[in-house]
Amino acid sequence: MLIALLAQGAAHGSGHMPDDAPPPFPPFEAWHMPGQLFWLAILFAVLYFALSRFILPKMSDTIEKRSDRIASDLDQAAVLNEQATEAQQALELRIAQAKAKARETAAKAKQKIDDEVSAQTARVDTEIEKKLEAAESRITEMRTKAMQNVEQIAIDTADAMTARFGLKASPADLKKAVSASLK
Amino acid sequence: MNFALTQTAIDPIHQFQVSKWLDLSIGGIDISFTNASGFMLLGVVLCIAFFGYAASKRALVPGRTQSMAEIGYGFVADMVRSTAGEEGLRFFPFVFTLFFFVFFANMIGMVPYAFTTTSHLVVTGALAILVISIVIGFGIWKNGLKFFKLFAPSGAPFLIYFILVPIEVISFLARPVTLALRLFANMLAGHIMLKLFATFAAQLIGAAISGTVLLGVVGLLAFGMGVALNALELLVAGLQAYVFAILTCVYLNDALHPSH
Repeated sequence: MLIALLAQGAAHGSGHMPDDAPPPFPPFEAWHMPGQLFWLAILFAVLYFALSRFILPKMSDTIEKRSDRIASDLDQAAVLNEQATEAQQALELRIAQAKAKARETAAKAKQKIDDEVSAQTARVDTEIEKKLEAAESRITEMRTKAMQNVEQIAIDTADAMTARFGLKASPADLKKAVSASLK
Repeated sequence: MNFALTQTAIDPIHQFQVSKWLDLSIGGIDISFTNASGFMLLGVVLCIAFFGYAASKRALVPGRTQSMAEIGYGFVADMVRSTAGEEGLRFFPFVFTLFFFVFFANMIGMVPYAFTTTSHLVVTGALAILVISIVIGFGIWKNGLKFFKLFAPSGAPFLIYFILVPIEVISFLARPVTLALRLFANMLAGHIMLKLFATFAAQLIGAAISGTVLLGVVGLLAFGMGVALNALELLVAGLQAYVFAILTCVYLNDALHPSH
């Protein structure tokens, strides 16, 4: 059925043509060829001219500028990165230096205070010692003085007692006797 | 059965008919502005408008139009560079023009009722002859007689050259012919197929409406086929432009480096 249909269609299609001439195939018709070539030459030339003179240089310029810009931006980024790394290193160095300095200062201060404390302690110690010594010597002095006084009092007492008994002892004897009994 | 469907005969060739829009002639030669010239002009105008607009943007971060144009630029530039080397870039504007001329013509041809300028052998043939003339002209200008080493690759035994040289000459002469025929035949055959399936589907579905259900089923199948063919033809339209341009690059490479 379909084939019959197609055959019918084809028969109808060819029915338009005169029977003696085959139907013309447009791409092989000669009459339009010079015109086609003429307009092709003109239009292709115009397109080539427009593209190669104006459009493509502009585009290549834009693309080149962009890639240049990207390259320079990358360079700049690398430089900045380097700077940042350097700055960070410098900062770390500074921090380390500051820490060392602080430690040093603290140690120095401690040392100073320690020195001061020990110096003061030593001074106070010597002062105390001196005072002790002085006190001791005064005590001894007072004691000897007191002892001397005691002896004198004993001598005087002995003299008085012997005088009461009507005796007269020489001071040397009294002294000897008192010191013997004091011992 | 009476379908009333032979009212419109399938005439797939009609779309290639050239008709005059403006009668012109110089020195007795008919150079009328035809529908073929009109659609060619449309392609050129669209191409210039698109790339001109995109190129005028010059943004550091491209927008959509500029991006598309720059992708096209990079695509053609890479194609030239990879097949013809850095020296091939002197032909970049030519290859770019050729590629987008054919590309726009093919794509405009995909629009229903539009005329496909590349479906005429005289157009593709002229482009192919232009390409091969540039290859020969530039090849001889740059390499002198060394250009003809192209036909005698070094390193073969002496007797082989008696066979090799004719083969190389014939293959060289075949280049413009195949270049022109490939594009022409692809566009012609593709559009004939599109027309056939579309008309066929319309007629069969029309028959189904007047009563025959089976024809309607076949008509729907033909319609689906037509849709699929449209997708295929879009691919072919892009691909043939690419093939035309890359073969041009390959031939230009021979002109630049004839001794392989």
